Amino acid sequence: MFIKNYIKNIFSAVKSLLVGMKRTLYYFTHHKEIITQQYPDNRDTLILPERFKGEVVMPHNENNEHRCTGCTACELACPNGSIKVITKFDISPDGKKKKAIDKLVYHLELCTMCNLCVEACPSDAIKMAQTFEHSVYDRNQLTKTLNNPGSKIMDGVE
Amino acid sequence: MWSFSNIANLVHEVLAEHFNPAITLAIEMVIAGVSVIGLFAILGLVLVIMERKVSAWMQIRLGPNRVGPKGMLQSLADTLKLIVKEGMTPNGADKLLFNLAPFIAMIVAMLLMAPIAFAKDLQMWDLNIGILYVSALSSVTVISILMAGWSSNNKFSLLGAMRSGAQIVSYELSAGLSALAIVVLTGSLQISEIITSQANGWWIFKGHIPAIIAFVTFIIAVTAETNRAPFDLAEAESELTAGFHTEYSGMKFALFFLAEYVNVFIMCSIAATLFFGGWMPLHIGNWHKFNHVMDFIPSSIWFFGKTFFLIFVIMWFRWTFPRLRIDQLLDLEWKYLLPITMFNLLLVTAVAILGWHF
Amino acid sequence: MYRETEILTRANQSTAHESEDSGDLVINVGPQHPATHGVLHLVITLNGETIKNVEPHLGYIHRSIEKMCESLTYRQFIYVTSRMDYLSAHINNQACALCVEKGLQVEVPQRAQVIRVLMAELTRIASHELWWGAMAMDLGAFTPFFHAFRERETINDIMEETCGARLTMNYMVPGGVMMDIHPHFQQRVKDFIQLYRKKIHEYDELVTGNIIFQNRMKGVGILSAEDAISYGCSGPVARGSGASCDTRKYYPYDAYNKVQFDEVLETGGDSFARYLVRVREMQQSINIIEQLIDNIPEGDFQAKTKAVLKLPKGEFYQRAETARGELGVYIISEGGTTPYRIKFRSPGFSNLSVLGHIARGCKIGDLIAMMGTLDLVIPDIDR
Repeated sequence: MFIKNYIKNIFSAVKSLLVGMKRTLYYFTHHKEIITQQYPDNRDTLILPERFKGEVVMPHNENNEHRCTGCTACELACPNGSIKVITKFDISPDGKKKKAIDKLVYHLELCTMCNLCVEACPSDAIKMAQTFEHSVYDRNQLTKTLNNPGSKIMDGVE
Repeated sequence: MWSFSNIANLVHEVLAEHFNPAITLAIEMVIAGVSVIGLFAILGLVLVIMERKVSAWMQIRLGPNRVGPKGMLQSLADTLKLIVKEGMTPNGADKLLFNLAPFIAMIVAMLLMAPIAFAKDLQMWDLNIGILYVSALSSVTVISILMAGWSSNNKFSLLGAMRSGAQIVSYELSAGLSALAIVVLTGSLQISEIITSQANGWWIFKGHIPAIIAFVTFIIAVTAETNRAPFDLAEAESELTAGFHTEYSGMKFALFFLAEYVNVFIMCSIAATLFFGGWMPLHIGNWHKFNHVMDFIPSSIWFFGKTFFLIFVIMWFRWTFPRLRIDQLLDLEWKYLLPITMFNLLLVTAVAILGWHF
Repeated sequence: MYRETEILTRANQSTAHESEDSGDLVINVGPQHPATHGVLHLVITLNGETIKNVEPHLGYIHRSIEKMCESLTYRQFIYVTSRMDYLSAHINNQACALCVEKGLQVEVPQRAQVIRVLMAELTRIASHELWWGAMAMDLGAFTPFFHAFRERETINDIMEETCGARLTMNYMVPGGVMMDIHPHFQQRVKDFIQLYRKKIHEYDELVTGNIIFQNRMKGVGILSAEDAISYGCSGPVARGSGASCDTRKYYPYDAYNKVQFDEVLETGGDSFARYLVRVREMQQSINIIEQLIDNIPEGDFQAKTKAVLKLPKGEFYQRAETARGELGVYIISEGGTTPYRIKFRSPGFSNLSVLGHIARGCKIGDLIAMMGTLDLVIPDIDR
């Protein structure tokens, strides 16, 4: 029956369209389902997971001491050359020469947050910070020195 | 109760006191023109923000919420942006037609506003062939689209324009035939008469199933005629980037944009007039108390409420359905809508002759 | 150099052809076009709306990843592969890690194997979710895109919590995974599965059952099983044509031989079959995750490896099933710390090659829909 099929087709087609319209109407009327985060407004409540890879930082304790020995493992592990370790020789009180870092230069603009440097570090001197708002007007600001000025190595870290 | 005819008469009397009849007429025409342009701008702003909010809520988003209270002034900011943007004309384009096309789209939309009854006694031109006038003029829109597509010197625009040509010409048929169903029931093409014929109930209730079928086909045809999704093949952003207005920018683009929304408004108001009684409040047969309560709601609210509900339905289509393919679009018209509307017209004629409607 | 000139001449010829025979219209779709989802450039020859020929031009996002890898050590090169098929970054990393492990002959701990499979399947679901939304968008429906992103976002949050990144995770390392799973991982994944089961019927309501969608998809872009095999298609594209090719079944790696799942096959070969394969594959991935999520064995998450990895002289090949098909990693080692040559067999390249074949005689709208069902990721094609 041609006519019967014709009418049947029309009804099944309209039904399938109405099912979809019911779904969108549901969301139109249920505003609680909205999942948008209003980002710059929710800065205070925004919590990033502790493993989030934002940028490489070097934690210092309250005496301005870090754990970096200047072994350059991170520099070797980095695929992009975004870390450069500049070492110097400290004279310890008993007159021995000891290798230490002068500067640990970190190029944020080259970094891909692959976490390989953090993995490679034998003394847990560097870690990933949970920051992500990295935009600056001058790209020189993206080249960072990770160790604080005047900082020295923590006692007992070899 | 105040009414628009009182205001109009008041204005006319005041003007007639001070000026001779020719100048009075001229001033009245200017007032009408200014109010149409004002309505045009307000409609554009309101419909754009409405579309953006409707789409956002259907897509589990918030939508614009920064400019003004709850983002309600967003479209104003958009307009400002479009005004200050450069309106470029591409190399190798037919400059005259390219720059003329958006204005034709606008002018057609403006002319279409003439016979619409916005409220009781608020109608610019109650001509006796109102429906015919609307359906004749609305097909002129295709000329502006064809002009824009052809003169842009862009293959995407040309394809979009050609699609639009095929589409509007074919859907004009079923839109006209669906409107005819109500004309048959009313026995008049005049908008005011169609509205007064629904004083005791709207045609969608009085006309039984044939009126409902006519309403559904009319809404589908109107969606296609105004190039709205799922029939937006002339634009088809995922296929033809932006179709016929790919090369337009700045205010010229804004005019196309505005004309599209105003066309949607006009077509929805025609649908509201034909099937939901225009500004006529909801009256049910002999329930005089109920009818009396309904009369207290101003007629303009009835009109805009119905129209905006229909606009919402059309937006609802857009944000739910995928787009049709060009051959399926023509299949839908020639194999489904046209036979159905023609059969429905016979049905309506039978109903009208036998007096089966209320 | 020769190839370049050849392509240019051919492009010029097709333009010249147009002016001679006015029946043809040559259109450049892309590299800047909303439907190519990237920088794919298609030169299509049209007769009215009907497509006579499609010619993909590649190279707009070629970053010479293979060459870059030659200067990176075996630990370092894995992160670059996240940038190939960025939607299945985990699986790319996994394939590379497996290939290196093959060379090193390292036994990966059971726990790491299971975590890898879990991550790979989550990635597959995320990738298919994105594809589902993007494909509906190609067909002109915008709403499904946002609905799909809601579920995908949940997976991204899980990834972010465990791997520290949402898209380019670099979580797989030779010998296992970089970090142990987050304490909340299992609960979060279970929550996701519940959410997914609750929302999956909406997908059918909104898209699969829709009459317009079905008419757009059914019977267009038909690819026979023979053609799928001879063009080298893999993944859902080949399985939609009935060509059984699931690497996870035929060459099981990591913990895939410990789980029960079906290879999804459809015999239609049209766009709708490819669509159904992907939608049902998400279901299979959920099944795999459900089998493993409560049975993550205790133990190390990483095998002990030397600080500097050196592969013995030789050639190593490893395949893995990404969300788009079979990814092959081929390493030639001269015994040093860096590979002598790396070749990636990317699924997208072969899948794209079939486009000209199936699109001939269709309408423009169909071409866009077909590109959607091929699920092209352009950086994967160009590398």
